Amino acid sequence: MASVSVAASRRTSWKATTLVGKAVLYLIIITGAVVIMFPFYWMVTTSLKPPDEVVTYPIKWAPSRLVWANYPRAITSLPVSVLVFLKNSIVLSTLVMVGTVISSAVVAYPFARLRFRGRRPLFFLILATMMIPGQVTMIPLFIIFSKLRWVNTFLPLIVPAYFGEAYYIFLLRQFFATIPREMDDAAKIDGCGPFGLFFRIIAPLARPALGVTAIFSFSGMWNAFMGPLIYLNKMEKFPLALGLRAFQAGPGSRAIRWESMMAVSVLMTVPVLVLFFIAQRSYIQGIVITGVKG
Amino acid sequence: MGVTEPVRAGIPRRAGQEARRGGFAGRRLTLLQQEELVSWLFVLPWIFGFVAFIAGPMLYSLYLSLTEASMLRPPVYVGLLNYRNLFSFDEVTSLFWKTLYNTSYYVFISVPLGIVVGFAIALMLNQDVVGRGVWRTIYYLPSIIPGVAVSLLWILIFNKEFGVLNNVLAVVGIEGPAWLYEERWAKPALIIMSLWGAGGPMLIFLAGLQGIPTELFDAAKVDGAGLWPRFRHITIPMVSPTIFFVLITGIIGSFQVFTNTYVMTQGGPNNSTMMYVLYLFNLAFQQFRMGYASALAWIYFIIIMFFTVLIFRSSAAWVYYEAGIAGGE
Repeated sequence: MASVSVAASRRTSWKATTLVGKAVLYLIIITGAVVIMFPFYWMVTTSLKPPDEVVTYPIKWAPSRLVWANYPRAITSLPVSVLVFLKNSIVLSTLVMVGTVISSAVVAYPFARLRFRGRRPLFFLILATMMIPGQVTMIPLFIIFSKLRWVNTFLPLIVPAYFGEAYYIFLLRQFFATIPREMDDAAKIDGCGPFGLFFRIIAPLARPALGVTAIFSFSGMWNAFMGPLIYLNKMEKFPLALGLRAFQAGPGSRAIRWESMMAVSVLMTVPVLVLFFIAQRSYIQGIVITGVKG
Repeated sequence: MGVTEPVRAGIPRRAGQEARRGGFAGRRLTLLQQEELVSWLFVLPWIFGFVAFIAGPMLYSLYLSLTEASMLRPPVYVGLLNYRNLFSFDEVTSLFWKTLYNTSYYVFISVPLGIVVGFAIALMLNQDVVGRGVWRTIYYLPSIIPGVAVSLLWILIFNKEFGVLNNVLAVVGIEGPAWLYEERWAKPALIIMSLWGAGGPMLIFLAGLQGIPTELFDAAKVDGAGLWPRFRHITIPMVSPTIFFVLITGIIGSFQVFTNTYVMTQGGPNNSTMMYVLYLFNLAFQQFRMGYASALAWIYFIIIMFFTVLIFRSSAAWVYYEAGIAGGE
């Protein structure tokens, strides 16, 4: 009895048991998947269509021939090369990633492993900051940064990342807390202080969680739009997200060049997708960690 | 000093450690004090960041909201004037109510819909389906795409003539609207687009479903409970903490929707998609009315806090925490 039910119901509340039920289930899943994937298909095929097949009625479901030249043309069609945007995105995202991982791990560590007065209220304060909408600080920060003459540099986008971010501090603390205490004791007996404990024991053991933080923060900056929009107005400084927008209203493109825009969209999406597939396991694990706590 | 000094069995540990600590800080610290010192050292970056990038700016913003401030002139104190103007029902001087309505419409339809759809997908993909991992990845993929790319893609999809959506509708004989260009359809269009990202909540729900102990279902089956009772009395209560998490983060996130409307509609047609944050952005960074925009930001802060607290308060009534799991802090 027990073995049957365990085999039959692995962690599900309900089951499509009948043949009809199964068929309906697969039908829904496949239909959904087609609907979900279609916009991707549209993005890629539009980027490869001959320009006169992009805006037609009735629509062309598939390009009559693949125009790879759309890509080099898209890259060079603005006054600033798309490769410059790409470089900016890489620089910005990498520097933000490094800062976020290091600072958030450092801040998270004592909350998970050490005892100090004010630990609970301070941690609560950190969590509370997650609920402050960025709009409240946006205006004063802009004024401050413009007085520092940081506007049109990457500094306003990068520097704050080096002081720890609540979301990642929370995520990392949750992970650090799962590392067995015996590790600390063993290290302490060997003469390891709190510093050594962090750098030699906790940080190396938490590599998956640090990896998740790295991926999240990297793709966070990669996709960021509002921050760059506020602080950057010279095109040479644009990351891809802003550069992509420039195709909409940019000089030299009287009519909207959809195939160019979709080509750059593809270029912008591919790195995040690759990152996702490389790190899929830890990526999803990270979401699980943050999700479970509720 | 301490580094070269191995802990020898013969020497009492206490003495050895005290000597080391004496060298470290110039005076004797107990282990606990040392731990405390190190803790604050580690937390220091966040405290500095909090003062410089959160608390300080918030106070500054509160002050700005009481002034007539622009980038060009120094702020002039005007008391509560900004707040008074903000609440006026005159649409020429203030879009406050309009944008609040638009944003609420968007948030309170798209978030529950996203939760229901995400949960339904999670239930389906939690079964023994062939190629489960592949399906999960497919459904999750839209959540990774950069917001600007998504927005541009959907402008193309929503187009009246050459858009995919209306061409599909035409197959079944429906003449689609101009979506983003029609006051009636622009907000629903944004909501449809947001559902494309339901894979985000799905992933979190999958995690929640995996956490339900199988024995609960087995016991219920032995007692003869059917599909619906099992779903209603086991699945729902057991994932309620997950629903709570998705609801809170979803509402906070959706209230701050910006990129879509900035890229896709610029708030049009006739301000029907003018969201609160977009309005705030326009006031601050296009009209440079920093004081007025700060007042708007503070009201928003209060509104978001209100809903967050409301949901937190209500959670006692509907979120089920298993004893032992909840106390695990």
